[in-house]
Amino acid sequence: MNAEDIRLLIDTLAERVIAASDELTALDQAIGDGDHGINMKRGFEAVRAEGPAIAASDLPAALHKLGMTLVMKVGGASGPLYGTLFMALAKAMPPDPDRAAVAGALSSAIAAVKARGKSDVGQKTLLDVLEPVQRALAKGADAQGLRAAAREAAKATIPLKATRGRASFLGERSIGHMDPGARSSEIMVGAVLDALEQRT
Amino acid sequence: MTSSNVGIVIVSHSKDVARGAAEMVRQMVGPEVPLAHCGGDPGGGLGTSVESIMAAIAEAWSDKGVAVLVDLGGAETNSEMAIELLPAAQRDRVVICNAPIVEGAVMAATESSAGSSLAAVRSTAEELYAGSMVR
Repeated sequence: MNAEDIRLLIDTLAERVIAASDELTALDQAIGDGDHGINMKRGFEAVRAEGPAIAASDLPAALHKLGMTLVMKVGGASGPLYGTLFMALAKAMPPDPDRAAVAGALSSAIAAVKARGKSDVGQKTLLDVLEPVQRALAKGADAQGLRAAAREAAKATIPLKATRGRASFLGERSIGHMDPGARSSEIMVGAVLDALEQRT
Repeated sequence: MTSSNVGIVIVSHSKDVARGAAEMVRQMVGPEVPLAHCGGDPGGGLGTSVESIMAAIAEAWSDKGVAVLVDLGGAETNSEMAIELLPAAQRDRVVICNAPIVEGAVMAATESSAGSSLAAVRSTAEELYAGSMVR
């Protein structure tokens, strides 16, 4: 992946997450502590500001810098979780990955996020989107298929009862709301696909 | 030459809670235990910051190790992240105690002031939950 494409990827991610900040905060106000959008916005504003430096190296190094920036700037639990996701992706991603390499890297990054959050699928977290998307990717889904997988997976967190993260304090009352982390993951999946499609 | 006592780090979502807990430790245990605290996210709101946690660990550093006391979930996740980002030689000498933040900090510091090992400091703090003094 060349520098221009990496820059497009980073900028698109930042732009989409920042634009969704109010929506993410509203979701988090329902079942969390209401800061997910604010935290993610702060993190991705830092990413946007450091865009040129982040994109100055190859894809693995850029993913690592992106992860570190989120770890340092986001603040909530989503900082280390998304930071770990991107830093683990960096470790497993070749500079010019094909589908199988991305699917493999995403699989090990998901394992790292599970370890960081001491959580698993079905607990109403970002993992409930990341894992179905990884599965669809490994099975050969196209961009539309991946978008649909992310959308359906985020929607499927609505009836779940949270058993991890701040929403778990609410117990049964967490049922009926989409998980903010699942939604931010869906947004990031869309951003990545859009950036890849816009490549020249 | 660092202190001969285990360092204590207090990580809260709130700067005021962190400062208050640290103040209680200082008053009850005295100055011989390396102590640092941090609270608030990178924007200054309620939350925690990996950067601040790393700085607090450095401030309270002791070659005998550092025990970290945390409040809610994100404080623990961010503290684990901060520990992982430390140099390899330090990483294994920092532990997070599964204990209530205020009582845990006071108990851990009391144990530390006696010159105890990191493992002993941690288990004294964690007895608070095991012995159901709290919860």
